[in-house]
Amino acid sequence: MTITTTDEGSSPLPFGLLREHGDGPASKRIVVAYGFWIFILSDMVMFSALFAAYAVLSGNSAGGPTAPELFNLHNVFIETMCLLLSSYTCGLGVLSAERRQLMPFFVFTAFTFLLGSAFLIIEAREFAGMIEKGAGPARSAFLSSFFTLVGTHGAHVTAGLIALVYLVVQVIVKGLQAAVLRRLLCWSLFWHALDIVWVGVFTLVYLMGASH
Amino acid sequence: MSADHEQTFDRTPGVEERESTASYLSYSVGLALAVVATGASFIVSQTGLLWGPGIPVGLIVLALAQIGVHLVFFLHLGSGSDSTNNILALAFGVLIVFLVIAGSVWIIANLNSNMMPS
Amino acid sequence: MLGRLSWAAIPFNEPLPLITAAAIAVVIAAVLFTVTVKGWWPYLWREWLTSVDHKRIGVMYVVLGLVMLLRGFSDAIMMRTQQAIAIGGAPGYLPPDHYDQIFSAHGTIMIFFVAMPLVIGLMNFAVPLQLGVRDVAFPVLNSVSLWLTATGALLINVSLVIGNFARTGWMGYPPLSELAFSPDVGVDYYLWSLQISGLGTLLTGINFVTTILKMRAPGMTYFRMPVFCWTALAANLLIVAAFPVLTATFVMLLLDRYLGMHFFTNDGGGNQMMYVNLFWAWGHPEVYILILPAFGVFSEVVATFSGKGLFSYRSMVWATLGICILSFMVWLHHFFTMGAGANVNAFFGIMSSIIAVPTGVKVFNWLFTMFRGRIVFRTPMLFAVGFIVTFVIGGLTGVLLAVPPADFVLHNSTFLVAHFHNVIIGGVVFGALAGINYWFPKAFGFTLNERLGHASFWCWLIGFYLAFMPLYALGLMGMTRRLEHIPEPSWQPLLLVAEAGAIVIFCGILCQIAQLYVSIRTRQQHRDLTGDPWNGRTLEWSTASPPPAYNYAVLPRVETVDAFWQMKRAGRRAAEHAHEAIEMPRNSPAGFITAFFAVVMGFSLIWQIWWLAILGFLAAATMVLIAGWSTEREYAISAAEVAQMEGGRLEQRA
Repeated sequence: MTITTTDEGSSPLPFGLLREHGDGPASKRIVVAYGFWIFILSDMVMFSALFAAYAVLSGNSAGGPTAPELFNLHNVFIETMCLLLSSYTCGLGVLSAERRQLMPFFVFTAFTFLLGSAFLIIEAREFAGMIEKGAGPARSAFLSSFFTLVGTHGAHVTAGLIALVYLVVQVIVKGLQAAVLRRLLCWSLFWHALDIVWVGVFTLVYLMGASH
Repeated sequence: MSADHEQTFDRTPGVEERESTASYLSYSVGLALAVVATGASFIVSQTGLLWGPGIPVGLIVLALAQIGVHLVFFLHLGSGSDSTNNILALAFGVLIVFLVIAGSVWIIANLNSNMMPS
Repeated sequence: MLGRLSWAAIPFNEPLPLITAAAIAVVIAAVLFTVTVKGWWPYLWREWLTSVDHKRIGVMYVVLGLVMLLRGFSDAIMMRTQQAIAIGGAPGYLPPDHYDQIFSAHGTIMIFFVAMPLVIGLMNFAVPLQLGVRDVAFPVLNSVSLWLTATGALLINVSLVIGNFARTGWMGYPPLSELAFSPDVGVDYYLWSLQISGLGTLLTGINFVTTILKMRAPGMTYFRMPVFCWTALAANLLIVAAFPVLTATFVMLLLDRYLGMHFFTNDGGGNQMMYVNLFWAWGHPEVYILILPAFGVFSEVVATFSGKGLFSYRSMVWATLGICILSFMVWLHHFFTMGAGANVNAFFGIMSSIIAVPTGVKVFNWLFTMFRGRIVFRTPMLFAVGFIVTFVIGGLTGVLLAVPPADFVLHNSTFLVAHFHNVIIGGVVFGALAGINYWFPKAFGFTLNERLGHASFWCWLIGFYLAFMPLYALGLMGMTRRLEHIPEPSWQPLLLVAEAGAIVIFCGILCQIAQLYVSIRTRQQHRDLTGDPWNGRTLEWSTASPPPAYNYAVLPRVETVDAFWQMKRAGRRAAEHAHEAIEMPRNSPAGFITAFFAVVMGFSLIWQIWWLAILGFLAAATMVLIAGWSTEREYAISAAEVAQMEGGRLEQRA
């Protein structure tokens, strides 16, 4: 039974913007991926607050060591390449998982893990070196904001690697069933997002910092 | 309504297309572009190739371009016939990030110049 | 071994907190004793504590909010009383050290543990029902959110007994909140309690944005959603956008306090103004997170009790989205006086005035809805009309404060205090009370007592005006906020009026407690048998009261806005074809257990019992990993069971 009135449900926007099929709740895969996408956007907002703090405080070195004295761009370049390549291998791993090709999935994932770990090791050594030189996070506002911004990114990478191990175990034990595949998908979203944040970090923190 | 039937025309970032070659290509092109952008950033900042005062602008442009490459080639944003939700969410996120960073920088610069001892 | 914790943390030498703590301990013990003796634990565990049902979670949020309202209100009446008697040389009964903790706790509790839970609770209960679906996108996460919020509330209350609370005000500005000037645990209680509950709130935001955008009944396009769902969408988008900023800000302050960093310290290059900037970049969207769902409640209530569809649905939606976006462009008006230049102040002053426009559109829409309607003054409608009058006044004073030169005179005076209580009580509290009265029969199957509802409304309304109108005048006369003793004797008459107002509000709260008690006792006479006690317009009224766990045996097919109204006019009954089996999410202890370990971790971090903090964190993380392992999260309700539940309902209706 239909009531024919003006279609109050159609969107008034042009070009089909906001037009929605209205076919009922979306599938679980769509819902989970979208929810995770929203979570990632919220994480980006958190990083933006840390970026803002760095932008505002980076000049306040309180008479202590400054960016040009501390940053080793050679290492930063290697770190950047490691993380970028790990994003690439992550994507290939997800493709393999979607096609239920277990061996390629494990190989690509192993590379992702190794490249991510390499990134972390270089970063940890950088931090340790700075702390040894007396340029620790409690030295000045510049260093506090540097360590917190870059360190939070590093903490996310660490959490990501732990989660990756956890998910690989799930794949081994449960196989590539729908729920496990959904989680891998979410993980890859997270990993790509971390690389996006890193683009911001190496540009705004390291490259701009070193040249001033 | 079964919860598992695939909404073939609803897309989310990262959800893969069925055609395999297209996606391997997508990732590889993305990687190549990203490497180029990264290399360019380092060159711009470390050499005199770009006019001095233009360096920050150049770096930001390259960074935004590389982020775009990630979003399109790694996260597959924009593919699929109904990715409006995803793009709107991204646009909202970008707006907030811009407001927080630019807003804070503008406000604090203003406050610093008025309030901090020189 | 126990960090900074020692027996000295318990205020044996301070009678007031000690007696309060003892009283609370007795009440809690009595409740636990009763529950144990009556054997209610299995029922509570199975049906409530591990529930992932949005309706149950919504009820628990509202219960949390109402209980914390009692604590927050106690703080309020203590402050009012102190200010009424500590005039001239008289010291009053509260030493400054306590008074400072009380105003800090009052603000923190009211915003984070009363207003937020009430609003989130109403959204939890109503949104899936209004969307015509069975639950939110992530039911287990929903439970986690609830219990993390409860964790924060618990930690704040523990600060009353063990240690002390912050003395910085609810905003926690450095340098006062830094270690140098607040060396004790108070600020740490504030920070950890809010970080933990903030995580819960962020998860709620993600949950509801996903639910509203990706899960609606067939045929329910965006412009057929109820307005409450639109306001819920806007509020949850703001949660997702704003709460991460607060998280980052508190992380920075925590790093300053725990690891000696220099984000906001006086030395080392720190910048205190950056805290204020970031805090309010969260803080302004926060107040819109609170008010938008209240606006949504009023849109539903006004339409229902005027017997008319909402006037200009479209402009309501655009106004809501406009407020959502604009709310992120005004935050500097909270610190006009901090010293930014004229350009910056002018920009934000203008934006703050502009944001009043879409709100005005909404007010006119409600008025036009009522115009030529058949108005029925049930309790929710009383709150709606009270809201329209009161909120407009509060909004007007807000626009006045948005003018920077005016704000330079009025910032941090009681004029400001009156303004924000005006909009929060007139808007958020009235909205929450209207929503509770409106949806109570749907949740519990019987209506609340009308007479006591009316009585509570009048007490709240009159009490509010008595308590806060004097504060506008006092602000203009020069009285600042947070005064522990009053230097100017000529202010006393107005402060006595304010005290009277607080007492009248207290009567309103007593009326509400009485209302609950009487309604429960007389529930058989007031059963809601049809599921539609108000002749409602939206889908939730098409279900039984209370709805079955699955909400809808068959998801309704939606063809217009006000879908249920259209169904009633068309004579459509609930679909009576063969029922299918329904998959529902299983209950899960993940939320409750994770929150338990969050309490342990939070408490240990506050008192710097590092080994216990690490254990608590690892236990919580383990719970997360365990919860993340399972893939069998659903159970099936067989078609026969569904048919039986639906059949029973058809009989009830006949």
